[in-house]
Amino acid sequence: MSEPTIFDLSSEGRIGVRFPKSDVSEYPLPEAFLRQSLPLPELSEIDVVRHFTRLSQKNYAIDLGFYPLGSCTMKYNPKINETVARLPGFAFTHPAQSILTVQGNLYLMYTLQEWLKEISGFAAVTLEPAAGAQGELVGALIIKAYHKDRSDLKRKKILIPDSAHGTNPATSAMVGFEVVPLPSDQRGNVDLAVLKTLCNNELAGLMLTNPNTLGLFDQNVLEVINLVHEAGGLVYGDGANLNALLGITRPGDLGFDIMHFNLHKTFSTPHGGGGPGSGPVAVTQRLIDYLPDPIVGIIEEGDEENPPLFGFITPAKSIGRIKSFQGHFGVLIRAFTYIYMHGAEGLRDIAEKAVLNANYLLSKLKDKYTLAYDRQCMHEFVLEGVWKDLPDIHALDIAKRLMDYGYHPPTNYFPLIVHEALMIEPTETESIQELDGFAEAMLKIAEEARTNPELLHDAPHNTPVRRCDELKAARDLVLCCSPFKDNE
Amino acid sequence: MLFPKELKYQKTDEWVKIEGDTATVGVSDYAQDALSDVVYVELMVEVGDKVKQGDTLATVESVKAAADVNIPVNGEVVELNTALSDSPELINESPYEEAWIAKIKLAPEAGLENLLDAETYEKYCQER
Amino acid sequence: MYTPHTASEVEAMLKAIGIEKLEDLFQEIPEKFRFPKLNLPPKSTEMETLDYLQEIASANATTQEMVSFLGAGAYDHYIPAVVDMILRRGEFYTAYTPYQPEISQGTLQAIFEYQSLICELTGMDVANASHYDGATACAEAVILAYHNFRGKRKKVILSQSVNPQYRQVIHTYMQGMDDLKILDEPTTNDLLELPSDLLEHLDTDTALVLVQYPDFFGRIFDLKSLIETAHGLGTLVAIAINPTALGILTPPGELGADIVVGEGQPLGLPLSYGGPYLGIFATKNELVRKIAGRLVGETLDVNGQLAYVLTLTAREQHIRREKATSNICSNQGLMALASTVYLSALGKNGLREVSNLCYQKAHYAAEQLDKLDGFEVLWKDTPFFHEFILQCPKPVSMINSHLEEHAILGGFDLSKEYPELKNCMLIAVTEKISKDDIDYLCEILQEVENE
Repeated sequence: MSEPTIFDLSSEGRIGVRFPKSDVSEYPLPEAFLRQSLPLPELSEIDVVRHFTRLSQKNYAIDLGFYPLGSCTMKYNPKINETVARLPGFAFTHPAQSILTVQGNLYLMYTLQEWLKEISGFAAVTLEPAAGAQGELVGALIIKAYHKDRSDLKRKKILIPDSAHGTNPATSAMVGFEVVPLPSDQRGNVDLAVLKTLCNNELAGLMLTNPNTLGLFDQNVLEVINLVHEAGGLVYGDGANLNALLGITRPGDLGFDIMHFNLHKTFSTPHGGGGPGSGPVAVTQRLIDYLPDPIVGIIEEGDEENPPLFGFITPAKSIGRIKSFQGHFGVLIRAFTYIYMHGAEGLRDIAEKAVLNANYLLSKLKDKYTLAYDRQCMHEFVLEGVWKDLPDIHALDIAKRLMDYGYHPPTNYFPLIVHEALMIEPTETESIQELDGFAEAMLKIAEEARTNPELLHDAPHNTPVRRCDELKAARDLVLCCSPFKDNE
Repeated sequence: MLFPKELKYQKTDEWVKIEGDTATVGVSDYAQDALSDVVYVELMVEVGDKVKQGDTLATVESVKAAADVNIPVNGEVVELNTALSDSPELINESPYEEAWIAKIKLAPEAGLENLLDAETYEKYCQER
Repeated sequence: MYTPHTASEVEAMLKAIGIEKLEDLFQEIPEKFRFPKLNLPPKSTEMETLDYLQEIASANATTQEMVSFLGAGAYDHYIPAVVDMILRRGEFYTAYTPYQPEISQGTLQAIFEYQSLICELTGMDVANASHYDGATACAEAVILAYHNFRGKRKKVILSQSVNPQYRQVIHTYMQGMDDLKILDEPTTNDLLELPSDLLEHLDTDTALVLVQYPDFFGRIFDLKSLIETAHGLGTLVAIAINPTALGILTPPGELGADIVVGEGQPLGLPLSYGGPYLGIFATKNELVRKIAGRLVGETLDVNGQLAYVLTLTAREQHIRREKATSNICSNQGLMALASTVYLSALGKNGLREVSNLCYQKAHYAAEQLDKLDGFEVLWKDTPFFHEFILQCPKPVSMINSHLEEHAILGGFDLSKEYPELKNCMLIAVTEKISKDDIDYLCEILQEVENE
């Protein structure tokens, strides 16, 4: 059943929210600048509530079921985070308020910086980047600034593993680097032999996701990092998969120079149907000066009686401002709350259970599905969504059929180096019952692929809409309710 | 899959038809099959542009991919196929005939020796 | 905390995997760096955590107990109760990006409606599913213009009356484009720039000119001749807007803008100390394929039913990778939903009302403040929306300190970003401010002057 749009539901003259009358005398509006019409819908509050409530019922969400999306870390979003983010003491603070009036906010941000440093093993953190991709941009800009500062202008190449997320090469290209792909070897590690040939004085750096998008911890990570350092390059860590490492190891200890966090993955802040995220960036001592402007610091030390005064600091050689104001504060509150509740013990528990869940699920699926790399995985693993003897079945069909079983499909067709990839990340908040249920569905589908392949090809059958014509969407572009314009 | 014998090819899946001092360029059957339904063709050059082998001629976009079309010869662009903007699906329907993308007047050193013949290109496609 | 495993379940799972203990899962981590001891507070219950966060929150002053005249890119508007009720629905906020349209129609239709509302509000043909904020939307506009001309035009002009943070972010983003010249300097000796001051700098090497409407100082100018001149030279025009102002002002689409950007925070998003906010981005039809970020389009499913999907995804980073013109991955999904609910709840009449109230109260404030000894409203004869510059007899920091003692948050101190505007603050007035609030501000300010 289609839900009409708010424009369809509009009825001329309907009043929604009302406002008090003006309490000042009337000032004439500037005639020359007034619009003739405002073609927005007119709805009453009940219309609005029913419409969006009905829309929400067409969505799948973590609050409804399992989301084994590799690389996304779709863990449970704690409700206490929602309560805390809405505390008026936070929600009603304006970003340009003088620092004396927002010491609570600044304390929270400073403390979160310190906690993220501790968790990852770095010397400083910026909370400003709005998302992982923006964190990567900061990282790439810092690498560029670092080499430029040392007048080392030949370094124009960034090495990126072929398994990397698309934002890695996109970001590097945006910053003006030449992207050099780095192949993976048969064990899913960075190919050391190839890496050695690329370590020279043209190397600006390496962007490494570890564990990588295959869910594998690079067995030579220390050597990889060392090789790049010896060649004079920097190593950037894409922290999307940090969930596997909380309390297990720290990227800073392993030798990474910079990394970004995805608070909306590792630290449980909600995905919101596509955002907002938050992508803080951590750096080692020698890169602190290049961080974006501003970071939160202690302006005046405290003593026994008085807390320190927190404020903003502009790093000495800052790459500049990366977004307005100081970051996604509402998201930071949630991550702060999450870390505070868990403590060191709780964080390690997260990583242990995330990796346990992934390996358990793997053990249930690896007989019927081809495992891309036959190694113990970390928090995620990649299967091939094909069988040699069933050439008409693709990962897409398996993914679509899973929806009929009530599950969101895993990430498919990524990473690109695995044929018909299905990347599965259960996360630590799923129970053994949930995992068994998912495994059973996957095994049933493997069976159906043989006995009744049409079920897969026509899937999904039980969802609010069925397979969509994406070709039509791209060819006959309709990107807004333009018919409404005609009515005005 | 079609690999017309009279054409030359590049590993990046472009075909070239040489007639006198003019080269007509398009993307191969292999390419359109890999892309699947093409929804848009963006031309990256204008008539009169001097171009080199390897420059980007156009970007061909499908639902699941976007690929660059690389210029296979050195020369000057003399004509562009404007039909592709309204009918990008021609690339799928008629990659070698109606979906030619550009005509290029060959420079004296056009780089023709770098092109592959049909047999070599077909073999290359089979091994991919 | 949220891991459900019992001890016996863990045992069963270890057995199924074929290992003895949890530590066996991490043997590939270099031993030297395995299991570090993290110096963090001990774990805590929900009750204790809430206590702690409430304590932290209470160390802030807010716009609830203080009367706030702060604007400069973020505004304290009334958010109807219905907005948060919808945002709290788990089906919306715990949902992932709608890559599987069959089970994401809620999110997709809401974004489609958001795109439509932005088009109607701005008068443009197409809007994307949002960028991070107004500043990054501006940066994306510059990137779009640069790639539009394929590097053949190397100059971009930024009006000085564009929010300084937006311009700073553009510079940061463009560091990768060494051949791009950004003209971001005063073009006039007068205190503040007019759009006409930019005319002489436009040429056929200019890819884009960016102006703000109303501008950073709240002023409204006729942009038609600037736009005409720019178009005559083939230059693209980007206009940064305030969405509340568009409740009554001519939409930039009608003025001829090629790109519209802006900060959507005023549309039902809490101040929340600066984020998460909402980057508005809209263009004319001709530029649709050059837009970065997510786009939702209409289509049909196999049963012929109307459905919504993410479309034109081949432009994005996950497919184009290093050839993508932008690295943007996420959008501000939940914030776009909030603004959609806000605009739906207010509707045509509600938005007009809010817009008008802001205008009226701001004009009352300007009139009253201008009467104070030692204070002057600058540019008072130029039409303005809900912000204006108040020149003060003393440095703004001193004045604001005094105001804070009287539970007032004074205007934004302009002297840091605009040194020539010494002792000047930017006053913003929204529908939440009452006449009494304004009179009180005048009373306290006069005290300052009399000291």
